[in-house]
Amino acid sequence: MLIEVKNVRKEYGNEELITKILHGLTFNIAKGEFLSIMGPSGSGKSTLMHILGLLDKPTSGKYIFEGKDVSQLTDDELAILRNKKIGFVFQSFHLLPKTTVLENVILPLTYSSKKIDHKKRAQEVLESVDLGHRLNYYSNQISGGEKQRVAIARALVNDPDVIFADEPTGNLDSKSGEQVIEILQNLNDQGKTIILVTHETYTAEHADRIISLKDGLIVKDYSVNQKRLAKQRNGIK
Amino acid sequence: MLELYKQGIKLSANSLLANKTRSFLTMLGIIIGVSAVIIIMAVGTGAQSLILSQIESLGGDTIGIMPGKAEEGSMPPSAMGISIISLTYDDAQTLLKGNNAPNIITVVAYSNSVENVTWRSHSYSTDIGGTTVGHLELTKAEVAEGRFFNKEEETNLSKIAILGSQAKEEIFGESEAIGQKIKIKKQTFEVIGIMEEKGNVGFQNFDSTILLPIKTMQKLVAGINHVSIIRVKVDKEENIDKTTEDIKSTLREQHDIKDTSGVSDDFTIRSAAQAMDIVKQITNALKFFLAAMAAMSLVVGGIGIMNIMLVNVTERTREIGLRKAIGAQNKNLLLQFLIESIVLTLVGGIIGIILGILISLLITLVIKNMMGYDWKFEISFLAILMGIGVSTSVGLIFGIYPARKASKLDPIEALRYE
Repeated sequence: MLIEVKNVRKEYGNEELITKILHGLTFNIAKGEFLSIMGPSGSGKSTLMHILGLLDKPTSGKYIFEGKDVSQLTDDELAILRNKKIGFVFQSFHLLPKTTVLENVILPLTYSSKKIDHKKRAQEVLESVDLGHRLNYYSNQISGGEKQRVAIARALVNDPDVIFADEPTGNLDSKSGEQVIEILQNLNDQGKTIILVTHETYTAEHADRIISLKDGLIVKDYSVNQKRLAKQRNGIK
Repeated sequence: MLELYKQGIKLSANSLLANKTRSFLTMLGIIIGVSAVIIIMAVGTGAQSLILSQIESLGGDTIGIMPGKAEEGSMPPSAMGISIISLTYDDAQTLLKGNNAPNIITVVAYSNSVENVTWRSHSYSTDIGGTTVGHLELTKAEVAEGRFFNKEEETNLSKIAILGSQAKEEIFGESEAIGQKIKIKKQTFEVIGIMEEKGNVGFQNFDSTILLPIKTMQKLVAGINHVSIIRVKVDKEENIDKTTEDIKSTLREQHDIKDTSGVSDDFTIRSAAQAMDIVKQITNALKFFLAAMAAMSLVVGGIGIMNIMLVNVTERTREIGLRKAIGAQNKNLLLQFLIESIVLTLVGGIIGIILGILISLLITLVIKNMMGYDWKFEISFLAILMGIGVSTSVGLIFGIYPARKASKLDPIEALRYE
């Protein structure tokens, strides 16, 4: 099992005022799954993603990542784990300004201990998302769809086990959004575990399984009978 | 790790160039501080060597013997206006014979007082110096007109006088002075010579002095038996220490002092080299004090750096969040922002050094060409090293707080920051 979540709770605040975000969630995610975490705003889906993505720690409960209880790890140990095992794709891309596409993708490699040719590896990954022709463009010179594909390349460059995509289509037009989802589905076909966080049922249905959250509780955890395929709808590749 | 340093330097270069005006204004404090340190060090060194060369003009190869015992490092009592009679003309003559002090070239005794000099209706109050024939050799002075007194006249109470150029001017104006009679303390003296103008020699003006043979001065003018100072010229500067010891033993023997520890000595020996050491110490202390004051402005500059780095961290909160999300550890971010502030101060420091050297050069040119001093232009390696070292440390010290702040940011908060 890639991810085991056991009775995970998350609370914020002090003794006087405690805001409970997650009320004890339990579920597993297997390696190679394409999972959507769906829910309206305030349902706790972002908080859950932060915990699953090792950016935050649960207040109580157990989170076992690749067989290892990660709730006791230090900030730096978590950083190393994120660098090696996890890739993030954000709604607002989070590319560095005044920096080229290639340099943005190289960034995770500079924090890794891998002894490989950074430039060559980044170029490879960029070509795999059809951005081989944009290597030396600055991040503000490319379109939104291209930005998100750069972000995906950045998430992939360290060859992680899991990719977390937080509303990856939220800032994109529908065509670019489809392209992004298509890439995620392709990656899943290649064996990567994909966790997609969204508030749209339509986007969520591109996954194999959906965990639906409301007010910090799982209201539904189900397999999608017939998952939507991005490539079929738009006829791209 | 090396990749991180390279990246840090590249990133900071980018961010410096992206906000050119802001970077320049931030660096200005460092630029001014560092250039001020460089200028003060350079001007200080120039002034120091000017003062030292003035003292050296007194003669680096001379030794002064003053009456009375002075504690090490303090002024001899005679220099504080206390009259002590322990040194005599005979002491000078014994030293001159050179039996026990082979490196002595000449010995000159002086006896000074201030008297009123009259010629016809003119009256002039000035220094009267009784001296011996060695005076010319010792001070490298020359007679412009007439002659100096000879060895015989030194002791036979001849009533003759040699005027300094300024004294001649004051008393006689344009009139002929040689052969004229002047009166000092009701005695009449014949003017036999006028000295060449010499200017200030080591803060002493011989041009206004009237010189008399020493015995004439002692018996007829001052009514004393002692001398106020004996000056000794040594063959080579290296022999000063040895000759100082020779003089001590000669004078102790002469004065019947059995104690060789120096405690019972009734004289004080000072060399120009010693005086130069003291002046060097004082001017060094002054120079470093002023440089330290200038360095204070670097602290102000450092606060400016800290301020701008804090703004920088806030502006780049999202970037920090992203870096953390993709695996940057706290130390990576600490390093990145530290490099940035050090690059900022180091570039400022280098500009400051260049500016400081240029301004020092300008000051040197002005002093040399417009004031006519023999001013030495010297930028010490130490000053440059200090400039680089201090500006780097300022970057490090004032960069650490903002950098720590950046490294401690919560990645989730940072990613959400708008």
